[in-house]
Amino acid sequence: MSVTTGGALPGGAYDVTVIGAGVVGSAIARELARLPLRTALVEACDDVGDGTSKANTAVLHTGFDAVPGTLESRLVREGQRRLAAYAADAGIPVEPLGALLVAWDEEQLGALAGLAEKAVRNGYRSARIIPAEEVRAREPELGPGVLGALDVPGESIICPWTTTLAYATQAVRAGTDLHLNCRVRSVTPGDPHLLGTSRGPLRTRHLVNAAGLYADEIDRLLGHGDFTVTPRRGQLIVFDELARGLVRHILLPVPGALGKGVLVTPTVYGNVMLGPTAEDLDDKTATGSTAEGLALLREKGRRILPALLEEEVTAVYAGLRAATGSEDYAIRAHPVQRYVSVGGIRSTGLTASMAIAAHVVALLADGGLPVTGARELEPVRMPNLGEAFPRPYRDARMIAADPEYGRIVCHCERVTRGEIRDALAGTVPPGSLDGLRRRTRARGGRCQGFHCGAAVRALFEEGRR
Amino acid sequence: MNRTVDVLVVGAGPAGLALAARLAGAGAGRVEVLEREQDAGGVPRHCHHGGFGRPPRPWLRGPAYARQATEAAVGAGASVRTGVTATGWAGPLSLDTTSPAGLERITARAVVLATGARERPRSARLVPGSRPAGVLTTGELQQSVHLYGQSVGRRAVVVGAEPVGRHAVRTLRLAGADVVAVVTERPRGTTVRGIPLLTATTVSALRGRGRLSGVALHHADGRSGVLVCDTVVFTGDWIPDHELARRGGITLDPGTRGPCVDASFRTSAPGVFAVGNALHGVESAATAAAEGAAAAASVLAHLSGAAWPDAGPPLVVRAPLVWVTPNRVTGLAEQPLLLRSGEPLTGPVVTVGQDGRLLWRGRFPGRMSPSRSLRVPPGWTTLVDRGGGPVVVRAR
Repeated sequence: MSVTTGGALPGGAYDVTVIGAGVVGSAIARELARLPLRTALVEACDDVGDGTSKANTAVLHTGFDAVPGTLESRLVREGQRRLAAYAADAGIPVEPLGALLVAWDEEQLGALAGLAEKAVRNGYRSARIIPAEEVRAREPELGPGVLGALDVPGESIICPWTTTLAYATQAVRAGTDLHLNCRVRSVTPGDPHLLGTSRGPLRTRHLVNAAGLYADEIDRLLGHGDFTVTPRRGQLIVFDELARGLVRHILLPVPGALGKGVLVTPTVYGNVMLGPTAEDLDDKTATGSTAEGLALLREKGRRILPALLEEEVTAVYAGLRAATGSEDYAIRAHPVQRYVSVGGIRSTGLTASMAIAAHVVALLADGGLPVTGARELEPVRMPNLGEAFPRPYRDARMIAADPEYGRIVCHCERVTRGEIRDALAGTVPPGSLDGLRRRTRARGGRCQGFHCGAAVRALFEEGRR
Repeated sequence: MNRTVDVLVVGAGPAGLALAARLAGAGAGRVEVLEREQDAGGVPRHCHHGGFGRPPRPWLRGPAYARQATEAAVGAGASVRTGVTATGWAGPLSLDTTSPAGLERITARAVVLATGARERPRSARLVPGSRPAGVLTTGELQQSVHLYGQSVGRRAVVVGAEPVGRHAVRTLRLAGADVVAVVTERPRGTTVRGIPLLTATTVSALRGRGRLSGVALHHADGRSGVLVCDTVVFTGDWIPDHELARRGGITLDPGTRGPCVDASFRTSAPGVFAVGNALHGVESAATAAAEGAAAAASVLAHLSGAAWPDAGPPLVVRAPLVWVTPNRVTGLAEQPLLLRSGEPLTGPVVTVGQDGRLLWRGRFPGRMSPSRSLRVPPGWTTLVDRGGGPVVVRAR
């Protein structure tokens, strides 16, 4: 078991290597960790979940609106069940808020019946259309003009950061080698395959491509070209925790002829999120927000929840979805090459991650990967970042046992020195202050470091020594 | 654990400490000040420039001022507890706290919010672009350099040409950074010798992955460009730290975004007072401390059983003014009113009226800057009709 961040990679051939430690790659590594194999998880960034996964809209979907009959539909449905159970065991915060798809015009109102019927075809039977009065009673702060909504009670919010970290932590503890700062630049197919990485050569018999935005490029290195990833930028605005009282459900847009709208949703950290935009780009590194994007979000948000716009913004960011132009995941097995590519995983990938992992391991078995001797993994219990669950600063027993849990460092988010210390000593420690934020919420609040930034940085630098 | 005190002050900055010193000295019983940081003193702790305190006392540097204010409160008999956070309300005058010693519920006869203010960071200002390292506020910069001796970048841009921007420049230079420009969206600003001042200019985007590589600028005349730098400091644009007030259901003033108070620092919640920069964003430590000291009389009156008066008519401003404190005219009104404009005014004439009746009129010589408050003398407040409409302050 090891996490490496630099230097040459271990010699000898791995049985299987997963490229990309996003939520999907980490889930696959975790699934593989159950098997008596030598497994590597390689990641170009300095942390797990540092690409598309960290900017997910953080909804644990029912899959009610997938395209019926697709692989995505099946894996989201199955993944939702698996992840909900796993989250409960691992301490990943989940809040079953339910979603409302609010109709603001006749076209959207007319679309609700079709969505309800589609939900049934996706195996989800609890969705129902509710009248405007009921919508208003359940969401009193909505702007004027609500005509009705589709109520989808099974939708939840989840912490995408803890999910990815839990998978990676469990994989590493079970023996997986996680190599960070390790970008795959070339693949020489063979037995074993030879990967040329930014940290030197790596040999592996079986290969999984979970490279997210770069999955098409890795795929080409193995001689395939059946999908192209077009980065689709989604800009998001996160509002202060003081806005949390304005909204009770996940407010999803009704898709229509004029394109998809934006969602307004609480986060498990107690914030409210508005977004995303959907802009097709060429640049896979264009994770910046734009003035136009933010103005558009604010305009749409003002219609949905007018009071939201009065609240302070704690974060503005953009993520890139790995869009392929297809209506389904692009998961392809190449058994002769002992290779599986996992492309086109969009925002539902968080929900589907565990089901994708099981699916991929079955595909690897078709390519000859020995999958016998599976064992149960040692359970993992993650530090809670969720506002709806007990946090150390409120826990008298934790503080009595260790006063560091009573020493609040980040005041906006109420993060204690004990939690920061634990994260720095974790199985997969953070590689940056942003990584520390995703593990603890430190510096993630309304002051963005005005009060605590220097103190948190001092702890981070001390902890890395 | 539950405890009772006479006065619970939240925040050991200049206002909270000055109030605690007065109250303890006046025999108000147990006066306890909660400070969530490891040291008392508030923002002056990390302001290494001079200019603190009032003449004829020597003008002190921030840390020395913070120490003196703390010693004065403790010397007068107040209990100043650091590393203790008030996390929420358990009742109208009860607060839950967290500290390394555990959880406590403290009930007081009077609660004073002296929670201070912060600079709005890049996100709250909706500055687009990437999210690299090297993006700071003055508060973080000063703590990094003065309290932790951390390195900052080599080439810095300062956003905001108010006095606090000058302090940021000084701290950056002290830390060895080259300040390449001060940028302000206003038509003028205070210049710092040797540093270009770019007026009527906004930061339109941040650039860089991992570390900041530059800021995109946009001038009001349409010109735009990128300034290469690895550090940008967003200064000024203060907002009261009003979380505890809001969580307690206390009415905020839409202009200041701090608790709405009368001239005796009474909030909308009986028994809860608010003082200092929690009321209005940043004023000098001396102003905050003067408010704290002035509030002592009201707190003592409350402790001795004085009724919590009806709030009376609101005090409101019209553009270009952005806020006034206090926000109600009820009370002793011995302190001057503080008045802030959103844009520079030259020789403004300020009027105060109610229901068409002129209560006060005064001309202020010189320029009124958006970064400095005007002080309006309080004598006219006795003329206000307690049953009348809003009292409106205008300037032109």
